[in-house]
Amino acid sequence: MKRPPKAIALISGGLDSLLAAKVIQEQGVEVEGINFFTGFCVEGHTHAIRKKDKNKPKRNNALWVAEQLDIPLHIVDIIEDYKSIVINPQHGYGANLNPCLDCKIFMVSKALQWIEESDDEYDFIITGEVIGQRPMSQRKDTMPVIAQQSGANDRLLRPLCAKNLPLTLPEREGWVDREKLYDFNGRNRKPQMALARQYGFIDYAQPAGGCCFLTDKNYSSKLADLWQAQGERSYELDDIMLLKVGRHIRPRAHYKLIVAREEGESRYLQGYKQQFPHLQPVSHGGPLTLLDGAPTHDDIELAARIAARYSQGRDAESVTVDVVFDGESSTIKVTPLPAHEISPEWMI
Amino acid sequence: MAEQIKLDARNLLCPLPVIRTQNRVKTLKPGDTIEVTGTDPGILNDIPAWCRISGHEVLEQYSLDNEYIISLRVGERSRHTT
Repeated sequence: MKRPPKAIALISGGLDSLLAAKVIQEQGVEVEGINFFTGFCVEGHTHAIRKKDKNKPKRNNALWVAEQLDIPLHIVDIIEDYKSIVINPQHGYGANLNPCLDCKIFMVSKALQWIEESDDEYDFIITGEVIGQRPMSQRKDTMPVIAQQSGANDRLLRPLCAKNLPLTLPEREGWVDREKLYDFNGRNRKPQMALARQYGFIDYAQPAGGCCFLTDKNYSSKLADLWQAQGERSYELDDIMLLKVGRHIRPRAHYKLIVAREEGESRYLQGYKQQFPHLQPVSHGGPLTLLDGAPTHDDIELAARIAARYSQGRDAESVTVDVVFDGESSTIKVTPLPAHEISPEWMI
Repeated sequence: MAEQIKLDARNLLCPLPVIRTQNRVKTLKPGDTIEVTGTDPGILNDIPAWCRISGHEVLEQYSLDNEYIISLRVGERSRHTT
């Protein structure tokens, strides 16, 4: 090879992908980053809609990692293609609706496709995977499955656990020195933390909580509810974004309410007022509430009573609510629904 | 002649405003400017970060009535992300 070897690193924004890219960079390989946006990615800004998360850093961790490594980052929207992975994972789901093994295969295959379509030449792919770290996708028996089914085969290098795996192309070709790779194994994070200290990385994203909403039990429940209500497994981007926001209440099978929990969420839901029927308490302070599904005129009173329940007039005799339904605006007075009349089964 | 482009990224959560900016910038030439308007305050951090690693220059950033506006000038292609 006349030019220096070049690799593309899958950058999630977490510590492992940061370290994996750094380890290879240190061996003189030119590294660029690639980050895939599925629509389910957990980002500080999504949290930042809510006040309780105001103290979390408002940064995109993948961009932060790229800055630390001083590498370009290619951010790729895979929302549409990713739907088939979520809806019909060949290897099934994890504890919730997380198709982790299919997801990893898909992302590596997308990285492979991306480098094959690129004008630049890339020699191999790096991930931050560590054997035994994740119960579904990062096991000794699933690592080869990812390499094979993605089509990357021996062009896929996992620098943090490479010594526990068969030789890969970049090692055989001498582009990287296997002796300078690692043999991390299991859920213990101390080796990664020590390596981070060695490289001087201190402000990296903490692993707790994961990087995907699909691993979250509450989020998965809302997605399962959406599919059940629709009668089919499908979604649009707006659907899955709205599942991240507000209190979701389904008093009837054919519609649900999305009730903002605070000012930040109200502000975010404002952007959906043109698309959804909505309610706004006006006699008392209260949250913007969207109606999702197929509500009818007969449903408006109950929906308004529920919305009033979450207003500052919850104990008042009546609350005035502005209603926009079927493109027409009206105002109604309702009695807030008492807490005991809100069935726990309505809460998604 | 440098182009001046406006990009509406309102009601998009991170990282979609960055992706839309990245994809629009791909179609521009060095020296062109683009003004991005969003409602996610995160763009004031993310778009400058993306500019730093991609070689573009942030010209101005401010907030107005719950919207966040950031202007940038497209840099040379050497570190251009695709």
